[in-house]
Amino acid sequence: MLPTNTHILYPEFDYHAPTTLYEVTELLAQYGDSARVMAGGTDLLVQMKMERRQPSQVISLMHVNALQGISQNGSLDIGATTSIQEIHRRLPQLYALAEACNGFSSIQIMYMATLGGNLCNASPASDSAPPLLTYDARVTLKSKTAERVLPLERFFLGPGKTAMQPDELLAQISIPAPLPHSGSAFIKISRVVADISQVCAAARLTREGNTIRDARIALGSVAPTPVRAAGAERDLIGETFSPALAEKIGKQAAQEISPISDVRATREYRQQVAAVIVRDALLRAWERAQ
Amino acid sequence: MNPKLVTLSVNHRTHHVALNPNTTLLSALRDLGYTDVKSGCEKGDCGACTVLVNGIAVNACLQLAWLAEGQDILTVAGLGSSDQPHPLQTAFADFGAAQCGFCTPGMIMSAKALLDERPQPTEAEMRKALSGNLCRCTGYARIFEAIEHAAKQLNVDSRG
Repeated sequence: MLPTNTHILYPEFDYHAPTTLYEVTELLAQYGDSARVMAGGTDLLVQMKMERRQPSQVISLMHVNALQGISQNGSLDIGATTSIQEIHRRLPQLYALAEACNGFSSIQIMYMATLGGNLCNASPASDSAPPLLTYDARVTLKSKTAERVLPLERFFLGPGKTAMQPDELLAQISIPAPLPHSGSAFIKISRVVADISQVCAAARLTREGNTIRDARIALGSVAPTPVRAAGAERDLIGETFSPALAEKIGKQAAQEISPISDVRATREYRQQVAAVIVRDALLRAWERAQ
Repeated sequence: MNPKLVTLSVNHRTHHVALNPNTTLLSALRDLGYTDVKSGCEKGDCGACTVLVNGIAVNACLQLAWLAEGQDILTVAGLGSSDQPHPLQTAFADFGAAQCGFCTPGMIMSAKALLDERPQPTEAEMRKALSGNLCRCTGYARIFEAIEHAAKQLNVDSRG
């Protein structure tokens, strides 16, 4: 037997290249757990090289045109295999999401990686998840016989774990039309820009004059899944915005999270930095919510 | 798992090769003799395997070769020859932008993708474009100087 972690793509698999959504769901119905869909491959191939995943069937989504692109039908609908680069280029008005996609990783990965792939990988450190949580995004899951729509919040169950069944495919991410006078921001702290975050946070605020009408705060790399700071959000709504309030809410959000210490940062560091970046994200979001 | 006959177009040459689905574009290219494409981390972190696929810089270690069928692949060896090197290649040599040289093919391809899109990039754009290419010898100052010089050279050339 070969030694493990050779970083060579050793696991043997059958490769499928369907061209329609229906074919994908048929393959998933047939193979279930032994199959894995592949979009950009920037996570899956690494996991296979590290022998953390060994699917016997790999289903490429890159020939399914229906999964690609961005359209506006009341809500903003993003096909699951739309690349991070494309989202960064096409959706600059969604500040938090565009900022997350801009600092996502290297240029090479930005062109290859997809939004659906980033969500399905379900990393607690996903850059795209916190902004999408602040936009109340929903995901459409399709199987051969059914389709259901879930709030993104209920999609993440734990590191690498999602609410998706083995026969289901994440087909689309939908963002409801933004309320007027809304602004958002995303801030990521990492060792170098292209690295995985030590902590990241997104905020969205909707204003009515100087009053906060609606608020969302979400964080990454601070819990087993990307999370919202619901208590901090509640304490913002109805208040008059001020830098002092942003400071207080930042500290409060940091108390709501339960980060761990790992190779990238300690628990204490994450908690302290979370307070600062939530504050700064709120300040920026407020400025943009004109 | 059955091999398939795949047609790869590399540096304007056409290759027909039987490949298993678990062959990455990187190992297919190196097996074909394109050893100018380097295998570093195999995880998309270091950028040593950067090639252009239809003009876009990708990590060949994270692309399956089957997916590259029919695409236009360019490696650093296809950029210029010893007699007629590409201005980026000349500049990297002239500015001492290579020490051990292992990262250089990837660096040059990322720089090529940048200059194709942005003929006069700002320093921030250069840094962003090369953020996925790691160099452990020189630091990056000479690399950026070389790219800046090559950009000027290319702009002069295109004006004739």
